[in-house]
Amino acid sequence: MSHWIVLPVVLPAMLAAAMTLLARYHAGVERALSLAGLTAFLALALGLAWQAGDGTVTIYQLGAWQAPFGIVLVADRLSTYMVLLLAILSLLVMLHAIGSGWDKRGRHFHPLFQFQIMGIAGAFLTGDIFNLFVFFEVLLIASYGLLVHSGGAKRVRAGTQYVLYNLLGSTLFLFALGTLYAETGTLNMADLAGRVAMIDPGASASIRVAAVLLLLVFAVKAALLPLHFWLPAAYSQAPGPVAALFAIMTKVGAYAIIRIYTLVFPPDLEVTAGLHEVWLLPLALISLAIGMIGVLAARSLDRLVAFAVVGSMGMVMTAIGLMSEAGLTAALYYVAHSTFATAALFLLVDIVGQRRGAGARIEGGAPMVGGPLLGGLFFASAIAMAGLPPLSGFLGKLLILDAAYDSTLIAWIWTVVLGSSLVAVVGFARAGSTVFWKPQQVAKGMDDLEAEQHISEADRDSRGKSAPALPVVAVGGFVALLAAQTIFAGPMTDYMRATVDQLMRPGAYVSTVLDTPGKEISYGHYEDEAGYDESGSSEEGGH
Amino acid sequence: MELIVASSIGVLTSVGIYLVLRFRTFPVIVGMSLLTYAVNVFLFASGRLAMNHPPILRDGLVFYADPLPQALVLTAIVISFGMTAVVVVFALGSYLGLGNDKVNDDDVEIDQGRKREEAGR
Repeated sequence: MSHWIVLPVVLPAMLAAAMTLLARYHAGVERALSLAGLTAFLALALGLAWQAGDGTVTIYQLGAWQAPFGIVLVADRLSTYMVLLLAILSLLVMLHAIGSGWDKRGRHFHPLFQFQIMGIAGAFLTGDIFNLFVFFEVLLIASYGLLVHSGGAKRVRAGTQYVLYNLLGSTLFLFALGTLYAETGTLNMADLAGRVAMIDPGASASIRVAAVLLLLVFAVKAALLPLHFWLPAAYSQAPGPVAALFAIMTKVGAYAIIRIYTLVFPPDLEVTAGLHEVWLLPLALISLAIGMIGVLAARSLDRLVAFAVVGSMGMVMTAIGLMSEAGLTAALYYVAHSTFATAALFLLVDIVGQRRGAGARIEGGAPMVGGPLLGGLFFASAIAMAGLPPLSGFLGKLLILDAAYDSTLIAWIWTVVLGSSLVAVVGFARAGSTVFWKPQQVAKGMDDLEAEQHISEADRDSRGKSAPALPVVAVGGFVALLAAQTIFAGPMTDYMRATVDQLMRPGAYVSTVLDTPGKEISYGHYEDEAGYDESGSSEEGGH
Repeated sequence: MELIVASSIGVLTSVGIYLVLRFRTFPVIVGMSLLTYAVNVFLFASGRLAMNHPPILRDGLVFYADPLPQALVLTAIVISFGMTAVVVVFALGSYLGLGNDKVNDDDVEIDQGRKREEAGR
């Protein structure tokens, strides 16, 4: 049994605890530890992805208990891919947070960041659905702290809404889990898969309720309409790097839907037939449309990007809602693209907000330091987000459109995907030209001297007086990743196809989880001394 | 006993949902607490209602009380209790900061709009 699989959970947890105890008064030490930890995390994620790349499923039995009785962590292609995505995202976001000084504007940024990563990594890796709930809570608790990092009444108000909404989601999750357990008597995903398949379709009322409740819970996480109301306020009020890290939080919902609705409630299961075509797909299309209309209507850049998140999650969910191999392949490709594009945009909006007198509002103002470079980066990210060639958003959309051929809703999918792209292009073009072009025109109209004065005035106006380079490097990193995703689209979609193949034929997953022997479980001896001795010796035997 | 447990879950849930839909944070938080109580009792019931039975399955036992839901409920209680504390702190913070305890943020938007107008003048 390989212990590497549990490290993505244990490493951030230990690091966070160590930082809180030892280094909370030493910002430099905290930063160094944080960066070192994230680099190690990236190496770990790469190693796990390499290990799972050839299609092997490896599991880790916590406490060495065998699967349906103990909790397992499972590293297959999908979970290691998501962990790798998380590792890349968090490292670049941390560079921005350190470069822009956000981490010093409140207490405990780094430990909370690590706890957040622990929760997300755990949610990706776990093979037990109640454990998934627990990791959801871990990542949410950390996100509450991060959301209100550096304080402010408006941020706390947005935080209140966010906590309440997620508390409601957690309660729903527990109701779903209770129903699921009452019906099947297990909470292990692989075990559930076998037992749900055995349920008689004629007597399936409870399991249908559980399936729909779970879908609702994950839809709250993935900000699917009409359960998206928490997202725009929370993401636009969150500090820039935190909003960028949250780019992967909505993907946790998408991941959970992919995992549960291919493994436990597969698309061809009679009991839950119609869930994808009748409910998920239309709602995804509506979120896509509303998200991009929100982009057009936004009055500030942070809200614009928040609505772009809703739209791009709608796009991901459209591809998932197809529930075909081609659809899921497109969805997995688009998940990476959407994470990087969202993170790049949130970080950019943060930099712009720091450097401009006008903040993140979409209106002309004095030119800012490094305007042309930021404008160029915004242009590239906006192209990616809106799905124009040549960047990865365009390829992702092509894959989704191509996958829609077999669907009965093909006319709707094509119309909404293409129409929403147009709306998004207009929205981003309006915002970008107002923020980045108008001030330059003002500056050009003046004498050089005057312009110089103007710039220095703007410099003084803007809150961050210096213009640190590290945040821009982080944004550049994301744009480079988007470009790489375009250039290596071929190998990447091949890998995604292999991943989906593993998801659609979960035989290896189920047998690895359930058939790996664990510690001996002995009945009847638990009252006498010999029983304790026996369990002690068998624990040693397990290693 | 089934009737008592089922109806108490129902009453707690309906009252909780009614309160969650209220306009101010205090009733919403009370409603959230009631909902979490309801879900805790519901989780208990998911292992079947059993009285006076041993908690762990052994050889020769026909009836037993499922111990797993109790472990689940314990986890759920800890989490919901902590979360309620967090949301109370958040709600207090936003009440003290903004001067009202409404859940929605419309007034924040209006406030921003007013500031923008003043800045424009």
